[in-house]
Amino acid sequence: MALRRYLYYPGCSLRGTGVAYDESLRECFRQLGLELVELEDWNCCGATSYMAIDEGAACVLSARVLALAQQQAPGVDLVAPCSACYLVLRKTEDYISRYPEIRSRVEASLRKAGLPVQIGVQVRHPLEVLWEDVGPEAIRKRVQRHWRGGRVACYYGCQAVRPYGEVDRPIRPTRLDELMEAVNVPVVDYSLRTRCCGGSLTGTIHEVGLRLNYILLKEAVRRGAEAIVTMCPLCQFNLDVFQNEMERQTGEPFDLPVLYFTQVLGWCLGAELEKLGLRHLIAGRDLVERWFVKERPVEAYV
Amino acid sequence: MSERGQKLPSDVRVGVYVCHCGVNIAAVVDVRQVAQLARGLPGVVVARDYNYMCSDPGQELIRQDIRDYALNRIVVASCSPHLHEETFRHAAAAGGLNPYLVHMVNIREHVSWVHPDRERATEKACELVRAAVRRVVWHEPLEQARVSIHPDVLVVGGGIAGIHAALTLANAGKRVYLVERQPSIGGHMAMFDKTFPTLDCAACILTPKMSAVQAHPNITLWTLAEVTRVEGYVGNYEVEITRWPRYVREDLCSGCLKCIEACVYKDARFPDEFNLGLSKRKPIYLPFPQAVPQVPVIDPATCIQFKSGKCKKTCVEACGERGAIDLQAVPKVERVRVGSVILATGFQTFDPRRMPEYGYGIYPNVYTSLEVERLVNASGPTGGEIVLRDGRRPQSVGIIHCVGSRDRRHNPWCSRVCCMYSLKLAHLIRERTGAEVFNFYIDMRTPGKGFEEFYQRLLEEGVHFIRGRVAGVSDWALDPSEEGKLVLRVEDTLLGIVRRIPVDMVVLAVGLEPRSDAEELRRLFRVSCSAEGFFLERHPKLAPVSTFAEGVFVAGCCQGPKDIPDTVAQAGAAAAEALALIDRGSIEQEPNTAYVLADHCSACRTCVSLCPYSAISIVGGDGRPHAEINPALCKGCGTCVAACPSGSIRQHLFEDEQIVAEIEGILAGVAGG
Repeated sequence: MALRRYLYYPGCSLRGTGVAYDESLRECFRQLGLELVELEDWNCCGATSYMAIDEGAACVLSARVLALAQQQAPGVDLVAPCSACYLVLRKTEDYISRYPEIRSRVEASLRKAGLPVQIGVQVRHPLEVLWEDVGPEAIRKRVQRHWRGGRVACYYGCQAVRPYGEVDRPIRPTRLDELMEAVNVPVVDYSLRTRCCGGSLTGTIHEVGLRLNYILLKEAVRRGAEAIVTMCPLCQFNLDVFQNEMERQTGEPFDLPVLYFTQVLGWCLGAELEKLGLRHLIAGRDLVERWFVKERPVEAYV
Repeated sequence: MSERGQKLPSDVRVGVYVCHCGVNIAAVVDVRQVAQLARGLPGVVVARDYNYMCSDPGQELIRQDIRDYALNRIVVASCSPHLHEETFRHAAAAGGLNPYLVHMVNIREHVSWVHPDRERATEKACELVRAAVRRVVWHEPLEQARVSIHPDVLVVGGGIAGIHAALTLANAGKRVYLVERQPSIGGHMAMFDKTFPTLDCAACILTPKMSAVQAHPNITLWTLAEVTRVEGYVGNYEVEITRWPRYVREDLCSGCLKCIEACVYKDARFPDEFNLGLSKRKPIYLPFPQAVPQVPVIDPATCIQFKSGKCKKTCVEACGERGAIDLQAVPKVERVRVGSVILATGFQTFDPRRMPEYGYGIYPNVYTSLEVERLVNASGPTGGEIVLRDGRRPQSVGIIHCVGSRDRRHNPWCSRVCCMYSLKLAHLIRERTGAEVFNFYIDMRTPGKGFEEFYQRLLEEGVHFIRGRVAGVSDWALDPSEEGKLVLRVEDTLLGIVRRIPVDMVVLAVGLEPRSDAEELRRLFRVSCSAEGFFLERHPKLAPVSTFAEGVFVAGCCQGPKDIPDTVAQAGAAAAEALALIDRGSIEQEPNTAYVLADHCSACRTCVSLCPYSAISIVGGDGRPHAEINPALCKGCGTCVAACPSGSIRQHLFEDEQIVAEIEGILAGVAGG
């Protein structure tokens, strides 16, 4: 497979709580012959909170990221694995093309910084890249390990698929499920796949955030899932770190591994265990250790 | 015009008439000044202004002047020619003048209704009149061609619309060809159990009409048939119909159905189309008990003989000496000549898979309304028992209105029948199962005879109505009471809260949309479609069943969503229009057609492919080939005239001299006279 190149924008999450995503994504892409070149001198995307307060300023902030991409590698797609980064960058592109007042503000700021104002960069989520540029069939052919784990619930979160619907369709998306099936990981029919994880509410109005998390975890268990597979660092964080607290409050036992899809894919594709960031996971340690074991990849296993 | 070397025809005597249209024109345009200007134009003998030119005295003015002043050209400055061109042409003809020596100027829609400034509006009216006078002197007498109307009629589509139209025509003594694609006529109506709001049995009112079609000596019924080619024009259409093989001969079959019994498949194994896959059929089957014709059909996609050639052919054996089963049958092409056509091809229902949030195709107990019509039907897959796919009887049912309709993501229009059929289904479900029934609606639309009363009745029967568009259907149980149920999440906009309603069965009130292949039919018959794909009527109010293709009429849901009473009314209207055409015997054609200067034409064929009406052909192959335009087919669109590279196509009423003179008339004003 010819080496495909992408610009990589990790954003703050993948340098902090989502470091497991960063490590496993790089490894997963490497396994599939996709090259990630990290964007130099990147800054905060502004995320949703900035957008809510001053749209224009937020667009300037993320437009800088787009302009850097344009400057450093014109014509190369920019991969943003964090759903919040993805959405804000995608929204900025959209707003610049749609609203002249935002465009002129962004252009003035970029000019001042000596950056290009004509931006033609494509922002993409890794799920979209794997689906469209590689495809489930090609991935199926590269499977090197039998999945030893249990059934998983694929959880998409809200930001990657809405409102643009380019990563997958906004209602009842299926690409993550189909990718998991392509590497022989059994999935459960998880109807809450795009329901809110609570986002930053777990930090602000904790009990409300917790309630939303509880709903997701409980339904996954009810469906017979033994783990949740995510594609957003905030979703993963929320679902992973509060399970103890939830258990204390509800008396119901919760100990589900909350995995990044790149960890599961990477393992099945034969990645080195140490490179999948599994040590950063909190809940379901026993299962994680039982499922992800050192095992020699099987050649030509389909 | 003399600059272009055009000579003014001699003995031109023009009369100009400027209409006040009450105050419609006169309040803005100084009509006296316009008439005065006209008096000074070359060729003008008399110019008048008058309060209502279209009135009898107004027309009489023209007739009288033609006699008194020996006028041979008329210009009327009034409203749009769409409204009164016919009127003034008749008036001129009554005065002894060829009607095509009249020209109209629109100083109402184009001037007084759109310009507020009196002075400038008057100026524009003067310019238009000057242009018209210069144009009309180049008009020549034209004769209308007459085409005769063949009395036979083709009806496409055998639903209630096609059936009603065919019977109306046949009862009036006309020969009708009724073409239906399915193995039986009856259409969607045959699938229904009851009809709203009277709850009369659909089959009881439909099947007598179906039998009447079958028995009528004036109706030729072709089922499993499709129109594949249409040529000709109003009064003289030549239509090719392809009849797909049924593999059972209608002329020999007695309808005993022994062949079905004898089929090597002891059990029905294949999804039954008529029951929307809710039951099974054999490879040889009757679509439904009251099917017309009452003749089984063999589906070659599932029949062993067609798939492998190794069947014992027990059906042939069972038929015995009658020999009605003909496994060698091939498609048959019929060619008929008809004078008019009625399109009654119906609708298709919205496919709710396009809205995965409602779970159709994901959760087995989510049904479309059409499926539930079959479930409640006594001849349906469950014998009229309303049961879920696992055989349970539902204790609660949610009906979601407007699925695919009034939705900018899908179809923006209201499908008109869903509110009412949802009420009907709610009533039937409640009556037969005692279940709690919830209707989720955006607005209740019940504007028909007895419709609102039916809605009130449902309210009294204890059916629940929740106003709000359902966000989603899922099997996600929040507490034990929701376990095993389908949960509808909806904002109750009357209470202002988000509700979760757990039910056993969800019914999606799917909307109506144009058939996916309506475009092919549109092209065959050269009719127009609205933006959404329904066949377009000539005028939404005043010509609701005519189309832009003369002699082609529309009826039923192919023109737009409507209920059975409206469909039948429209079918009757279409039949009446066809009858009116037939009884006239012939019609005149507007002579604004294009014609070829044969000596100049090089037969390059540019025009042949461009003509939207296929009116042009190349003739004179052996001698000097040139294009020829069939005036009966030409609609006067002018495409060929503009496209002809050698300028050898011209058009009556749009001759170069006329257009150039008109332009010069306008520009003379711009240049200051």
